Amino acid sequence: MVLIHEAGVQFSYGLPLCGTMCVPNFTCDAMYEASDLRKGLKLQIDGQPYVVIDFEFTKPGKGASIYWARMKNMITGASFERNFRSTDKFEEADLVARSMQYSYFDGQNYCFMDATTFENHLADQAVVGDKKNYMIENMPVDILFFGERIIDVGLPLTVVLKITKSDPGVRGDTATNVLKPAELETGATVQVPLFINEGEYIKIDTRTGAYIERVKK
Amino acid sequence: MTLPDKAPFLTRRAAIFRAARAFFDDQSFLEVQTPVRLRAPLPERHIDAVPAGGMYLATSPEPHMKRLLAAGYPRMYQIAPCFRHGERGARHNPEFTMLEWYRAGADYLQLATDARALLGAVCRTVLGTTEIVYQGARVDVAAAWEFLTVDAAYQREAGWLLEAEPDPFRFDCTMARQIEPRLGFGRPTVLHDYPSCFCPMAEPLAGTPQRAARLEIYLAGVELANGCSERRDPRAQARALRDEQAARQALHKEVYPWPAEFVAALPAMPPSAGMALGLDRLIMLLCDTPRIDEVIAFVEE
Repeated sequence: MVLIHEAGVQFSYGLPLCGTMCVPNFTCDAMYEASDLRKGLKLQIDGQPYVVIDFEFTKPGKGASIYWARMKNMITGASFERNFRSTDKFEEADLVARSMQYSYFDGQNYCFMDATTFENHLADQAVVGDKKNYMIENMPVDILFFGERIIDVGLPLTVVLKITKSDPGVRGDTATNVLKPAELETGATVQVPLFINEGEYIKIDTRTGAYIERVKK
Repeated sequence: MTLPDKAPFLTRRAAIFRAARAFFDDQSFLEVQTPVRLRAPLPERHIDAVPAGGMYLATSPEPHMKRLLAAGYPRMYQIAPCFRHGERGARHNPEFTMLEWYRAGADYLQLATDARALLGAVCRTVLGTTEIVYQGARVDVAAAWEFLTVDAAYQREAGWLLEAEPDPFRFDCTMARQIEPRLGFGRPTVLHDYPSCFCPMAEPLAGTPQRAARLEIYLAGVELANGCSERRDPRAQARALRDEQAARQALHKEVYPWPAEFVAALPAMPPSAGMALGLDRLIMLLCDTPRIDEVIAFVEE
């Protein structure tokens, strides 16, 4: 059900979750030890989810092993560094990924629906960010929950969107002008080849916003 | 790195071994081999031995080499495989090679003189120069070495006036992250006179018993060697070993059998000093690599 890699979706962190696939409503209760630390590991400290972005093991002289890690808060984006002892333990982050569908934007929050339970969950604009440019109704997405809170939205790698506004390309100027701006049904603007017209559908790379190809509908 | 890619480093490794042996052989040090597997590794709170068939793999050749001192051997060296559980990093492999030497009738400062002569000889033979270039930094092993007390180092690098018995975790973190990376540039640094609470095997300094006759050698931020004036008083040594056992117990670590033969040999051991030099580290320095994996043919994953 929640096979992130099969669906080909990409979270912001682009890293496998917990090293395991998480089933909806199942959370891991494992404790990590300092010797488990590695880049990409997700922990929970003081109720906040962190991902390890840098890590070093040192052992000075006849002293204790020092496990140094730099971590980034998965919600606020703030990072800090800390030295851990070998006896330090910490909780695995309570992260669950669930397959859902994008429903709508209510002016303040984005609403996602679980297609099997019909439960609705809201995510605020800060979490969705620029991904709103590529989201359309009923799009399948992977939602990353930290406890009850949505902290990331994983879109499919590509999306097909309609061009709602685009001036015809000016011919004769192809030496310098191979792309022109076009407005999508989501309100976002992307660069497209000159032969693309208003009303047509194109496939977009959701990570970069780049035009991939025209799609016949 | 593939095995063929490692060939230049493994060749240099062999040359370093040859040069080190020649250095000690020329000074009438006896090359010895002590057990790789033993009943009772010396208890140290932060060094964990690898179990082996009801015994343990040696974490260092120290206990047996000191028994040789006690048996009347005055000068000896060994290139010994050592095993320390759980130590794996850019500069650590759980199995590594120690060059360890002992002198009867010497103190820890004599070891620094030995090390300077050793490094000079090895560098001249293997590199053709006494100047090592390591990760962009130059270190001339023939230049006058810097001697810095641990107290002065903590003051200078961390603004910390060390207590008689400093907090261990803070001491280790400060050493690993603030002090070590700044030692041994231009010329090697000898960091010496450690808090006695951190050196169970070293003789406390007369006059300042809270500091011990122990030193460490650094080149370009890399810890290379550790040596000390060896602790001789059997009761004080036994007490220090019991403290280490208690510390291991408190950390829920395995407590090894009591090293009875070692303690029993101490009354016969003359005043001596011994140094343990990480040979893989020396090879890393002479090959200019930050990764121990590149100077060992087969490392643990």
